[in-house]
Amino acid sequence: MNKVVNLTDIKKIYTTGEVEVRAVNGVSLDIIKGEFVAFMGASGSGKSTIMNILGCLDRPTSGTYLLDGINVSSLNRDELADVRNQKIGFVFQSFNLLSRTSALENVELPLFYARRHIAAREVKERGEQALEIVGLTGRAGHHPSQLSGGQQQRVAIARALINNPDVIFADEATGNLDTKTSIEIMGVFQKLNEKGITIIMVTHELDIARYATRNIIMRDGRVISDEPVLSRLNAVEEMLKLNDAERAVQLAP
Amino acid sequence: MRLSNTVMISFRALRRNKMRSLLTTLGIIIGVGAVIALVSIGNGAKTQIKAQIATLGENVILVFAGNFSPGGVHSGWMGAGTLMVADADAIRREIPKVVAISPEVRSGAQLVSGNSNWWTGNLLGESQDYFNIREWPLIAGGGFSEQDVRTENKVAVIGKTIATQIYGEENPIGKILRIKNVPFIVTGVLSPKGLSLQGSDQDDIVVVPYTSAMKRLIGKSTLGSMNIQVGKESDLAPAQNEIIALLRQRHKIIPPKEDDFTVRNLEEITKVATAQTTVMTFLLGSAAGVSLLVGGIGIMNIMLVSVTERTREIGIRIAVGAHGRDIMLQFLIEAVTLSCMGGLLGIFAGIGAAWTISYMNGWPSYISMESILGSFLISAGIGILFGSFPAHKASQLDPIVALRYE
Repeated sequence: MNKVVNLTDIKKIYTTGEVEVRAVNGVSLDIIKGEFVAFMGASGSGKSTIMNILGCLDRPTSGTYLLDGINVSSLNRDELADVRNQKIGFVFQSFNLLSRTSALENVELPLFYARRHIAAREVKERGEQALEIVGLTGRAGHHPSQLSGGQQQRVAIARALINNPDVIFADEATGNLDTKTSIEIMGVFQKLNEKGITIIMVTHELDIARYATRNIIMRDGRVISDEPVLSRLNAVEEMLKLNDAERAVQLAP
Repeated sequence: MRLSNTVMISFRALRRNKMRSLLTTLGIIIGVGAVIALVSIGNGAKTQIKAQIATLGENVILVFAGNFSPGGVHSGWMGAGTLMVADADAIRREIPKVVAISPEVRSGAQLVSGNSNWWTGNLLGESQDYFNIREWPLIAGGGFSEQDVRTENKVAVIGKTIATQIYGEENPIGKILRIKNVPFIVTGVLSPKGLSLQGSDQDDIVVVPYTSAMKRLIGKSTLGSMNIQVGKESDLAPAQNEIIALLRQRHKIIPPKEDDFTVRNLEEITKVATAQTTVMTFLLGSAAGVSLLVGGIGIMNIMLVSVTERTREIGIRIAVGAHGRDIMLQFLIEAVTLSCMGGLLGIFAGIGAAWTISYMNGWPSYISMESILGSFLISAGIGILFGSFPAHKASQLDPIVALRYE
């Protein structure tokens, strides 16, 4: 089987003064291409640290991490930057868009740092295409401050998509959004997942985790449960249900 | 291509903060402007001094009576009574490199013509060669001849100031001019030269044959000085040495006795006169250079603020694949753009200031290509120097920390 992620005994230890904090304490797991994985856990459980390591923003203290067969735990800063640029997309809780920069330019940002030259026309085409996938055609010229939270997060997803990554990492991507927008965003992820893109996300919301196919629960830097989702939610259906409910209390027309 | 993208990103960031960019460059504008303006004025003064000394003539050696070298025997110069007409004749005779010589005596004299009178401090007795040596053309009439000198003729060439003061609108050529009550005939008027370095009027002058001056006007048998001209510049030093040797021999001076005369060539005089302005220009330029440095520190300050302010932006860029070098370059280009823009505007400001100052004060200014190029390159260098620390700081940011920065 095609392992996108292969972790062997990953540890991340922070030493502040005399105190040693084992944020991740021996995690080994595989993620197969096409999976939709949700990491869950209380704060301090190490789920964000493992996410940063998976997303190549951080390096483990020990252990090996093979991303699509490449041992990324031994790469240097700039090589990791190239991996982030070409192989993966990252979606953050706080969107992390450049303010005073249009949605389209935000989406195009990774292409600026691509290793091979990409013609200006192709950059624009790919940017617009990515915006279309997340349903934001027509908003290309808007600045982040002119967009709603859900729209901003969709711009961030489009940015993560632009280099056709194998994996998209989402760190609490719905943490700053209301229920309805969260379902919208999960809908986008499910749609991408159906196209074959592996999605790995971190969340502390149980119902959000149910949109994934596999839930991994962490505590004190270790995996304590790793199970497939039995009653998986479908974002389209959930949205219909929510609309019906809203109509019932006359919140929506 | 990554470079052109980075340049674009930098420019965009600067455009977004127009006011701040402008204020940051102000330090450089003022620094570069000050350097150019002050160096221009200093160079202008130097050029003027050189030009004025050049009016003393080309390839000229001056011999003064008396010794005024430091530590020498101070017998008073010009009036020392040690230079004789015979010395001048000997130089003319025995040193072939000398092409022209004009023995000189000086005095003040009351001038009278009709009912006008004028006191001049510059009654000069010279030979017929004087006007050639000083490269001083006449605007009317002519000079005097060798025969006039030999016969102690009562002829005079006057400066423009005296022509105006004594004769007004009238043509002075052929008129009688009573010098110390002795009637002389005016044969020519010198072209105006304006003020000398010391601010005295060079056109307030009467030149008569030195023989006439010595015998009829001053009553002295010794010379104050001599103006000697050699054929070419390379002859200056050897001729100077030959003159010194000849005069020592004639005056019977054996070391350790000091010379009773002083020989100078115009090159030396120019050097002494311009040395001061060179020092002055250097000091002014350095003071302005300090303000350039302060401007550079201003750029560093703003770049540091900018790096801190844009920590999150840097984090985002690194997260999507920017190398440390890309970030470094981005901020370095911003700093260099700021300083170069400041340098460019400073050049215009400096030229403008130099013109304004020289126009308002009547000082000459000379804007040299070196000072423009130099200060521009320095300002670019300042951008690199003071931009590299903030840029390096930005490039070393940890993306996780940077992304969490509020």
